[in-house]
Amino acid sequence: MNYSPASALARGFSSFTKMGKKYGVEWWILVAGAVIVLGIVFMAAFPDIFTTFNPYDQAAGPQLAPPGGEHLMGTDNLRRDVWARIVFGSQTILRVSVLAAIISSLIGISMGLLSGFSGGILDRILSLIMDSVYVFPGLILAIAFAAMFGPGVINITLAVSVIYIPTYFRLVRGQTLSIKQELYIEAARAIGASSSTILREYIFPNVIATTVVVFTLNVADAIMIEAALTYLGLGLPPSVVDWGMDLAMGKKFLPSGQWWLITFPGIMISLLALGFTMLGEGLAEILNPRLLER
Amino acid sequence: MNNTILDIQDLKVEFPINIGTVRAVDGVSLKLNQGEVMGLVGESGCGKSTLGFSILRLLRPPGRIASGRILYHGRDIVSMDEKEVLKLRGRRIAMIFQDPLTSLNPLFSIGRQFVETLQTHEKGINKKQAILQAESMLESLGISKERLQEFPHQMSGGMRQRIMIGMGLILNPDLLIADEPTTSLDVIVEAQFLDLLADLCRQYNLTIILITHNLGNVAQLADRITVMYGGTLAEVGLSGDIFHTPLHPYTQGLLASIPNIKLDQPELSPMEGSPPDLVNPPTGCVFHPRCPQVMDICTRQRPPAFQKNGHQVSCWLYR
Amino acid sequence: MRHLAKYIITRTLLTIPMVLILLSIVFLVLRIMPGDPVSSMLGGHAPEKVIEQKKEELGLNEPMAVQYVSYLWQVAHLDLGESMVFKQRVTTAIADKLPATIELTACGMIITLILGVFLGAYAADRRRQVQDSMIRLYGIVIYCIPVYWLGLMLQLIFGIWLDVMPIAGRTGPRVFASTFEQTGFYLIDTLLIRDFAALKDVMIHLTLPAFTLGLTLSGIFIRLTRANMLDVLKADYIIAAEARGIRHSRIVYRHALKNAFIPILTMMGLQVALLMAGAILTETTFSWPGMGRLLLERIYLRDYPTIQGVIIVFALIVAGVSLVVDIIYAMIDPRIRY
Repeated sequence: MNYSPASALARGFSSFTKMGKKYGVEWWILVAGAVIVLGIVFMAAFPDIFTTFNPYDQAAGPQLAPPGGEHLMGTDNLRRDVWARIVFGSQTILRVSVLAAIISSLIGISMGLLSGFSGGILDRILSLIMDSVYVFPGLILAIAFAAMFGPGVINITLAVSVIYIPTYFRLVRGQTLSIKQELYIEAARAIGASSSTILREYIFPNVIATTVVVFTLNVADAIMIEAALTYLGLGLPPSVVDWGMDLAMGKKFLPSGQWWLITFPGIMISLLALGFTMLGEGLAEILNPRLLER
Repeated sequence: MNNTILDIQDLKVEFPINIGTVRAVDGVSLKLNQGEVMGLVGESGCGKSTLGFSILRLLRPPGRIASGRILYHGRDIVSMDEKEVLKLRGRRIAMIFQDPLTSLNPLFSIGRQFVETLQTHEKGINKKQAILQAESMLESLGISKERLQEFPHQMSGGMRQRIMIGMGLILNPDLLIADEPTTSLDVIVEAQFLDLLADLCRQYNLTIILITHNLGNVAQLADRITVMYGGTLAEVGLSGDIFHTPLHPYTQGLLASIPNIKLDQPELSPMEGSPPDLVNPPTGCVFHPRCPQVMDICTRQRPPAFQKNGHQVSCWLYR
Repeated sequence: MRHLAKYIITRTLLTIPMVLILLSIVFLVLRIMPGDPVSSMLGGHAPEKVIEQKKEELGLNEPMAVQYVSYLWQVAHLDLGESMVFKQRVTTAIADKLPATIELTACGMIITLILGVFLGAYAADRRRQVQDSMIRLYGIVIYCIPVYWLGLMLQLIFGIWLDVMPIAGRTGPRVFASTFEQTGFYLIDTLLIRDFAALKDVMIHLTLPAFTLGLTLSGIFIRLTRANMLDVLKADYIIAAEARGIRHSRIVYRHALKNAFIPILTMMGLQVALLMAGAILTETTFSWPGMGRLLLERIYLRDYPTIQGVIIVFALIVAGVSLVVDIIYAMIDPRIRY
């Protein structure tokens, strides 16, 4: 075997296209989603590569200059560079949405496991509460929490994370219940496996695969909710660079035709949400072979 | 005398899938005479249902007829345009399915489904006439006409299957394709249903293709039997001949694997191996990997149909 | 029919715990969360005595359990209290704004249903063909476009660049709602007095917001319809109907669609939640004087009783819609009733 980097790369590439053949369109959706997400994550991690302007610099250029020349996406009413605000704004939205998804998945999964595994009255009560929250419009809940918590990055993260807990809870509880009835669990119990062993060895690994898909789609949704809250003027102090807040500010200049102020932040929010959605869709089809029949 | 109703000539059906092409039916030729009951038997996945579906051009995409002809009263169904096929379906050739519960639309009343069928084919028939016709059909099947207002889930399996057949026969077709019609029924209802089928066959001068994996069914009803294996015909012959002097090793294996009180069997011997992979079928005879009497030629060349003792058998043993 | 009545009664009773839980959550969020409504309303510098007096007035000094019970008691009497900012019953403020929101959501829902169900069914029928891929792509992309941004872009294109549509409000400057307002549903009001010029004006103002809302949710409905149609089209009764010679289009759009619609309907309760979330955002974009705007205005003013009242009304709508949806479901599907 030859282990030169070139051949490893070639092997990697050939297995990459092989996956494409095996899974068809879904694989390319996954790849496209991953490229978008990684691109924006890279931008958030190394903003200085992408722009030399400071997003707070209120003398970056002339006031409300249209895109072109030195200012790729123009400038806003406070003479700030729009592209620089896009680049640095990616940090805020990524941080809030990913962190919110992590918080709600941790809480939702553990409550779902607990509820599904223990059963009984606890399960009944938790399910009833979660179901009620689940049908309630998430945005309104997030608005209420954001209004109560007041502005701040941590506060908006918590407000966003609250609305996804029932999603994970329902998913994990449902799966736990169905796995619990499988014969191999009975068998494991019969040979004396403890509850925690069963939870750890059998139920958790089964639950995790679907959770990955839901997590990705959840981040996509959280992105839109985060931007919605800040667009409504909730959740973040004005000192933070954020796409949703830029959108709300740009809205004021829409009647006078300064289109670039709303167009670019909106495209970025959509693109980031699209990236995570495509990633989730691709994963869903590939992790769940039953769907491949379609 | 030309009383051939259906003449299938070298039919090939393919299902292109991700990893290749499934050759579900691979070069089948078969003739049906007016008024006979043809039993089509084989393991699941051998292509018998696909063959039935292709007669009405009901293959689900991506399945398609790759080549061959299906002559119905001398007219080729394969090359017909869609409109003509629509006129054949239900009117000239009827088909009934395995599970009568799932073959009736759960949201439409029985009556509505009858009326729709009648009005599709008989222009100018009004709803009242259609209902009357449906009522008399139900009564001839021993079902009270009040049932027309009911929904499929309100009936027993046997009754639903009778309704399915009533819906099939209400337009007086001359060919009925029955795809495992009794699989979902219990044994007593099954026997009653097969009796009904035999009656109807005589009454309407029906030709029936009875697709089944249950050799008991065919023995009771069929005039001739076709045994399919791996998308090809293994053996065709008169019902009694197939049962008493099976020639093809596959037919012999199939008979040995079912319990039968009439035959004096020392013991049951289930067949070894599993049905062939139809994406990459074995070379030569598709049965050779499982055949107890496999010869050298079987692995290389596909056997044509040989005539032997009135059977048509695709096996090199009878060359 | 007797079965149906029984079903409706049981289902209605089952709604009660759900409403109770939603009400409790609203109570919890607004009372137990950090931040003191009174001091934040009066500003940080209000003297202690004034704050105490106001608290006493609002019953905020009672034990939490007492507050909770009297809160439930009030809501049960459809009494949502009085605004802390204006001399106005909360119910009056809501009754004033609710029709605008319902009008917007209903029109959005109709657009979503027509677009989503038709395109989804068509895509399922053309599975794996070009049309299917295009529709699926549209579905994914439209789902990822935030409703508020879509509204802004439609405003930019149709309101500013093409200048054919108004971008704000329910009526134009020359149409006075006070001349026809009776029910608050302007489409109905203008029809009632047969003022067709006003009707046209109302419809033009409704078009962009309703399409914004409708387009956004159409992606979800396309996806739902397509998935359900694919399942239904695999069903035996579809092929059995084909075998009886029934026309393909009739099978797809009558037989299959009716069956596929049942699971779509059961999802409708959840979609209404999304629709209302979308409405709040759309109202902000289009300066639409509805519940969403009321909620946000009062959040800025820290008018807690009104905020609470608006959220309660949303909760009641959600519970009511899911109840109605389940009842319609039972009426469509004969298998449920028995």
